[in-house]
Amino acid sequence: MKKEDVPQDVSALGKLTTEVCYATDSSGKYVATQSRGWEVKITALDTAWEDIEGRIATAKQKVLNQEASPLLFFMEQGLMDINLLADYTGFWKWQIRRHLKPEVFKKLSDKKLQRYAEVFNVSVEQFKNGEVNGA
Amino acid sequence: MELNFNHIQAAHCENGVTTSLLKNIGVKQITEPLAFGIGAGLFFVYIPFLKINNGPVIAFRTLPGLIFKRTCKALGIPVIRKKFSSREKAEAFLKDRLAEGMPVGCQVGVYYLTYFPKEYRFHFNAHNLIVYGKEDDNYLISDPVMETPTTLTSYELERVRFAKGALAPRGQLYYPVEGKPVTDDQIKRAIKSGIEKNVRNMLTIHGSITGVRGIKFTGNRIKNWRDKLGPKQAGLYLAQLVRMQEEIGTGGGGFRYIYAAFLQEAHAYNQMDELLDISNQFTKSGDLWRTAAAQAAGIYKGRIGSQEDFNTMGNYLLEIADIEREAFMALKNLKWR
Repeated sequence: MKKEDVPQDVSALGKLTTEVCYATDSSGKYVATQSRGWEVKITALDTAWEDIEGRIATAKQKVLNQEASPLLFFMEQGLMDINLLADYTGFWKWQIRRHLKPEVFKKLSDKKLQRYAEVFNVSVEQFKNGEVNGA
Repeated sequence: MELNFNHIQAAHCENGVTTSLLKNIGVKQITEPLAFGIGAGLFFVYIPFLKINNGPVIAFRTLPGLIFKRTCKALGIPVIRKKFSSREKAEAFLKDRLAEGMPVGCQVGVYYLTYFPKEYRFHFNAHNLIVYGKEDDNYLISDPVMETPTTLTSYELERVRFAKGALAPRGQLYYPVEGKPVTDDQIKRAIKSGIEKNVRNMLTIHGSITGVRGIKFTGNRIKNWRDKLGPKQAGLYLAQLVRMQEEIGTGGGGFRYIYAAFLQEAHAYNQMDELLDISNQFTKSGDLWRTAAAQAAGIYKGRIGSQEDFNTMGNYLLEIADIEREAFMALKNLKWR
């Protein structure tokens, strides 16, 4: 790629920092140049997020319908699955599966809720009520 | 406490950390392309039976840690690398090194990396940064992806050092130990061994899902994605391919350009004109990876999406595989002087 062809489409990262990109100068020699982002990459990331947003919306609906506890919503929003959540919280996977049921979730102690709340960067109150970013 | 340390921005995090840490102990010749080439960083693997983030596992680089390890080894520089089971010990060890005046490389997860924009914070655990000091509760961080140095509180740093999931860093840190000055002759030999190792990784080992054969395999698989996965899922798979290629550690296209830059720099140490010709081939391959990414973008944006478009996409990868096979064959057949 030639230096003048290095794309400068401002990405989310591009607002904070440029990226280093190797490209050739007029004599064909490689030099390190700066890029603010590339449309193709931006839309790839957008596509991934649209998929995630869809899964979060589905989770939210299940919580509202009382088919799942708020934990499902936070898990999807945190881009986690049960394995990863078990690693982060120290709960067993079967415990997490139980906590996904609304009736079990309601009876959880604050101490257990705290373990989840810390992983999701919210307060215990917000976690209990499934309140975050307008959920 | 702030150590005397120069922040260097790089295209790829592990290259950047390797370059900065080696410069810091006096290896003045080291550059990002040299670190990448000597560390035999160029790779390709597609693991069809594994998934991450609900998409295919595709990597364009060697396993995390190998670039640093191989580069230091080839230059005869001893390395300390440690993992920890205890968070307290992990921090104490880091503090001791800083007190000794030694900047330290850390493997971290990006999910809790506070200075990254939210859009980039996936559960990806093979990011690398350097800690080079501490002021009050803030660690001074040189992250090669960022233009300028940044900071993390001790809580934030502990969190990213002990990120969980695949490739969990477990507090892993590493640094080179200062030794004898590295001579140009050592660099010259390291370049040769790095190229030979990369030739092996791309041409000969590991069966059909890695290296040049892996690229060809992936190209053929992509042609079936539309029928097998349905248009939507196939689009997501392609988006993941592009993110692995261009974003997460500046993969495919970017890596080919760094390798092309490496071969030009290698020419300065070993004046074989073939190196420049082969460098041009990697430029061509890098350009084609980008063309392929643009084609993929057309599909995941929904602008195009016929079977013909998937075939075109797959064929780009077949063409890339051919170019890279030829380039690595040429490297393999170099008559080293």
